[in-house]
Order: sequence, then structure tokens, then C-alpha cells
Amino acid sequence: MATLVIAEHDNKSLNEATRAAVTAAKKMGGDIHILVAGQGAKSVADEAAKVEGVAKVMLAESDALGHKMAEALESLVLSIAEGYDAILAPASTVGKNFMPRVAAKLDVMLISDITSVESADTFIRPIYAGNALMTVKSSDKVKVITVRPTTFEKAGDGGSASVETVSAPDAAAKSAFVSEELSKSDRPELGAAKIVISGGRGMGNGENFAILEKVADKLGAAVGASRAAVDAGFVPNDYQVGQTGKVVAPQLYIAVGISGAIQHLAGMKDSKVIVAINKDEEAPIFSVADYGLVADLFKAVPEFEEELSKIGY
Amino acid sequence: MKILVPVKRVVDYNVKVRVKPDQTGVDLANVKMSMNPFCEIAVEEAIRMKEKGLAEEIVVVSIGPAGAQETIRTALAMGADRGIHVTTDAIVEPLAVAKILAKIAGEESPELIILGKQAIDDDANATGQMLGALLGWPQGTFASKVEKDGDTLKVTREIDGGLQTVSFGLPAIVTTDLRLNEPRYASLPNIMKAKRKPIDAKAPEDYGVDLTPRLEVLKVAEPPKRQGGVKVETVAELVSKLKNEAGVL
Ligand SMILES: Cc1cc2nc3c(=O)[nH]c(=O)nc-3n(C[C@H](O)[C@H](O)[C@H](O)COP(=O)(O)OP(=O)(O)OC[C@H]3O[C@@H](n4cnc5c(N)ncnc54)[C@H](O)[C@@H]3O)c2cc1C
Ligand SMILES: Cc1cc2nc3c(=O)[nH]c(=O)nc-3n(C[C@H](O)[C@H](O)[C@H](O)COP(=O)(O)OP(=O)(O)OC[C@H]3O[C@@H](n4cnc5c(N)ncnc54)[C@H](O)[C@@H]3O)c2cc1C
Repeated sequence: MATLVIAEHDNKSLNEATRAAVTAAKKMGGDIHILVAGQGAKSVADEAAKVEGVAKVMLAESDALGHKMAEALESLVLSIAEGYDAILAPASTVGKNFMPRVAAKLDVMLISDITSVESADTFIRPIYAGNALMTVKSSDKVKVITVRPTTFEKAGDGGSASVETVSAPDAAAKSAFVSEELSKSDRPELGAAKIVISGGRGMGNGENFAILEKVADKLGAAVGASRAAVDAGFVPNDYQVGQTGKVVAPQLYIAVGISGAIQHLAGMKDSKVIVAINKDEEAPIFSVADYGLVADLFKAVPEFEEELSKIGY
Repeated sequence: MKILVPVKRVVDYNVKVRVKPDQTGVDLANVKMSMNPFCEIAVEEAIRMKEKGLAEEIVVVSIGPAGAQETIRTALAMGADRGIHVTTDAIVEPLAVAKILAKIAGEESPELIILGKQAIDDDANATGQMLGALLGWPQGTFASKVEKDGDTLKVTREIDGGLQTVSFGLPAIVTTDLRLNEPRYASLPNIMKAKRKPIDAKAPEDYGVDLTPRLEVLKVAEPPKRQGGVKVETVAELVSKLKNEAGVL
């Protein structure tokens, strides 16, 4: 059996989510090949070649692939799909965008956002905002799967795969890239951070997020938010944690001024330790928090920052 | 321009579902059902395009049991023009839904199909993209802004790192994200008017699509329960516990 893993990257370095997908592929058994589709992404391919357990890396480059256009990724993956028993990609906005297209063209049902590999054809995936876990067995000849990165170990280095170049089919450009507006931050990425501190509607406005950012910078944490905080324009959309935003599972998740709606819990309840700071002692967030502090956040957060200084942060 | 909007009837987002004790699924008896929130956003976007004079007709489609007719009526009350109800009690996976929708697109020739990015029950986030591939149409998924300029559509998309804007010609697929718009509530007169709008009753056989699921559900289980922890009295106690007890600082 052979599995194709499609790498997540920014044309410069390999995203950790790829290593989670490799681990899922290992659990299915068989040879693992990685496809790096991008533009000017040789360094990504070199990095992928070092991932333990990878037998081969393929590098395909074009302008459209550099921008992760779904239509271009679809035709590239289909052009090399022959011979693979499974095709995996991280369940990122890139994977979610093109993988269903690949599945439809292969006439197979996509298995979205798996959290466990039970065997080469049986997987677990969350449904209903994570309130139920469904075990599904696929009867399709090829398994097309997106992998939830937070629930798989990240495969380490130790491999020495060959890198070969494959040509990107010049599919009629159906769709054109116009522009991109990426949030600039020196903080770690939400999905990969060991500590995440998130603010909700209780923050009141965008300026007030500065008090969370100060704590984040001390701890090397990422900053996240509830949907309510994003909808209100306090912070950009890519901060949203939850069922329909990002799923995170850090060592420590600190929820500040967040009530704990099921849609928010879906995105963070697998964190190792959860802290909630909320002035309402009835807030549902306390039912999942390991440590709850009933307090006004405008008092508690600056105090938290001071206490951190005292222990050497 | 004609716009097709597929809408799905799902468990209301306020309901916390329970897994059946025999682990065959979730208990849907007597729970409140509503239109999938992302589909509401799709209907709203279509109506706004019509109000701006960019579209002439909005057709909503739902594939599902008898109750899905209610969901179609809701869309008609918001402002859609007519409905198609493909009635089935079977489990229909996104691949089969996309195949039926592709057949309907063949009959109706819409220039734009707007879907929700995901249904909040099965969370597959797949149908729109599958439909795009089957039809060979371009797509703008997870849209937070849709602008029409002549025959081109410019779509701003919510992606992991921020926002991406793409453009493409019609016909095309758009899937909605949360911040595309705020759906309206249907007014009472419009609810009354919607009762007279036509809904075509269809069956999956009319489209010759094999609905056999590709995924066999072996089990639906409750996720591991998180134990609520302790309340701390002061910030100092919190930091001390995080450092000494939890070991995460
Ligand atoms: C289709 C759909 C998808 C959704 N997807 C998501 C998602 O992915 N992620 C998500 O987060 N939500 C999502 N939601 C929204 C979700 O249902 C909630 O509305 C949202 O999470 C609430 O955000 P919040 O907790 O910040 O706001 P609120 O529920 O308003 O809570 C604010 C909290 O702040 C506390 N507070 C206020 N002031 C202070 C203070 N000074 N000090 C301390 N505490 C204070 C209050 O006590 C309250 O508990 C979705 C909803 C729908 C319908
Ligand atoms: C044995 C088995 C048991 C299952 N049990 C359940 C269960 O108990 N409850 C459950 O909800 N699902 C269950 N499913 C899955 C379900 O039948 C579908 O596969 C799933 O609901 C479709 O995925 P989605 O709605 O998340 O698609 P998405 O791709 O997330 O939907 C995106 C968009 O596609 C459109 N769309 C999707 N479906 C339809 C539709 N039917 N009509 C019109 N437009 C549509 C809408 O615009 C929607 O916003 C089960 C599946 C199997 C095989």
C-alpha cells in the first residue's frame, strides 16, 4: 500500500500539521510519499525529505500552486493519484478547499477531519461540534482524508527521502489569485502554540486585547478569540477558535471573558489544561475549566501578568 | 442571473445533542430543527444580489426528509422565489448530495450556486467543493465578501492566516463563512406569501443518483468527558497552581 500526503506550507517552511498527517499515514501502513505543491518551495521539499518514515518527496511548482488555488491543486493531485491507496492532507483551510474536489473526481467520499486511525479503512471523526465521535469504515477504493492536526503526534526528523520534480499540469486557469492579507505577528501560530490565551465579548473592544497580548508575549503564547469577539471586529477572523474556526489543543488554554458556548468548546476542549477567567460564576466555560477564576478580567489579567513576572517570566 | 441555493435542515445550533445509548447515532427525536446557519447566510447573500439587480431568480433546493420542506419555506419567506424538495429518508453523504445538485444544475442552468461552507451537524465542509469539481466550475469557499463585476466574481475568503481574494468567471460556486452577512428574519406578510410560492417535489430516482453511503457508521460514541476542575480565589493562587500542580508554566 502507498499513501500520498500533501504538505501544508508557506513556500518557505514545512508546517507542523504536515507531520501530524504523516503520523496518521504511518498508522494506516505502507509507503509514504509527500507532495509539496507551491512556488519557490524547494526548501520545503528538503525539509519534508527529512521527515522520518517518508520514502519519497515530489515537488511541483507553479504560480497558482504558490497561492494554493483549489482548482490547480485538484488537477495536480489527480495527475499523480494513480497507484495510491490513500491521499491525506491536514484539515487546514487549504486542505478543506481542494481535498473534496479530489475526492469527488475520484468518485469517493471524503473523510473529513479525522481524529484517529483505527485501521487502514476505519477512522474516527467528530460530528455535532465534537459532541459525538463517529467511527466510519470506508468502502471506497481510495481513501481521501483530511486530518485534524492537533490529535496526532508530529512525526520527527530522521528520514532521507529523495526529492523529485513533477510537472504541474497547466489546467485552464479557471480562477485567478487577486490578493492576500495575512495577519502579521511574531507570536506563534494558533494551531501550533503550546499556550493560547483567548478573549471573548467580555474584552469590550479591540484595544483591550493589548492586555492579553502582554501576557501572550511573556509566555510565548498565541492569541485567539471567540466568534463574538471576531464578529464585533475586535480581532481578525483568523483568531477564531471553535467549531467553525480553528481547533487548538495546547498545553494551556486561557479563556478570558468567554462564556463557553458549545461552538467555542468544540475548538479547545482537548487542551491539556484549561483556565477560565469570567466574572459570571455560572458561565458554562467553568464546567470544562481545570482552574476557574471568578473575577473582573480587567483586574485579573494585569494581575496575572504581574504574578508571571514574579516567577521569572 | 439565476442563483441556486442548496439548504440543509439540521439540529438547531442551540441544542446540545445526545448520543444514543446503543451508539447507533444521536438522538434526534423531538429536538428542534432549523436551517443550517451557513445556509441562511447563503440565502441572504442571494437575496441581496437580487435586491441589487444582479440576479433575477433564486431557487432553493433541499435534499432530505419531509421536514426539509419547512426549511425550504423559511428560505422562500426570506425572499427566495421557488423551491425544489428532493424527498428522501435515506442518509445522503455530501458526495451523493453533490451528484444530485449537479443534475439539478444541469436542468436549471444557474450561473451561481451559493452553499454553506459546512453543515453544523456532520461538519463535513465538502459539498460545495465536490459540486465544483463535478461541474468543473471554479469556487470561492469560506467567503466573507462577494462582489460581482460584469461577468466576474471577486470573492474574499477567510483562510488560516487571514484573508485571500480570488476572482473567476461564471458559472461558479461560492460557499459562505460566518461574516459574509447577517441573515434577515422573515416578516409575517412574507411568511404568508411564501406559502403560495411553488415547491417542486422530486425523488432521488428522478436524478438517477446512487445514494448508497460509502462510509459505514460502525459506532457513534460520546467524547471523553472533561471533569470540571476547581475554582481558585486569587490570581496568585492560579499562577501557583499552574506552576506547581499542573506544571504548565
Ligand atoms: C453556526 C455557528 C457557528 C459558530 N462558530 C463558533 C466558533 O467557531 N467559535 C466560537 O467561539 N463561537 C462560535 N459560534 C458562536 C457561539 O455560539 C457564541 O455566540 C460565542 O462563542 C460567544 O462568544 P463569547 O463567549 O465571547 O460571548 P458571550 O457569550 O457574550 O460571553 C461573554 C462572557 O464574558 C464575560 N464577561 C463580560 N465582561 C467581563 C469582565 N469584565 N470580566 C470577566 N468576564 C466578563 C461574561 O460573563 C460572559 O460569560 C458559532 C455560532 C453559530 C450559530
Ligand atoms: C450511517 C450514517 C449515519 C449518519 N448519521 C447522521 C446523523 O445522525 N445526523 C446527521 O446529520 N448526519 C448523519 N450522517 C451524515 C449525513 O447523512 C450526511 O453525510 C451529512 O449530513 C452531509 O454532510 P454535511 O451536511 O456536513 O455537508 P457539508 O459539506 O458540511 O454541507 C455544506 C453545505 O452543503 C449543502 N448541503 C448539504 N447537504 C444538503 C442537503 N441534504 N440538501 C441541500 N443542501 C445540502 C448546504 O448548503 C450545506 O450548507 C450519517 C451518515 C451515515 C453514513
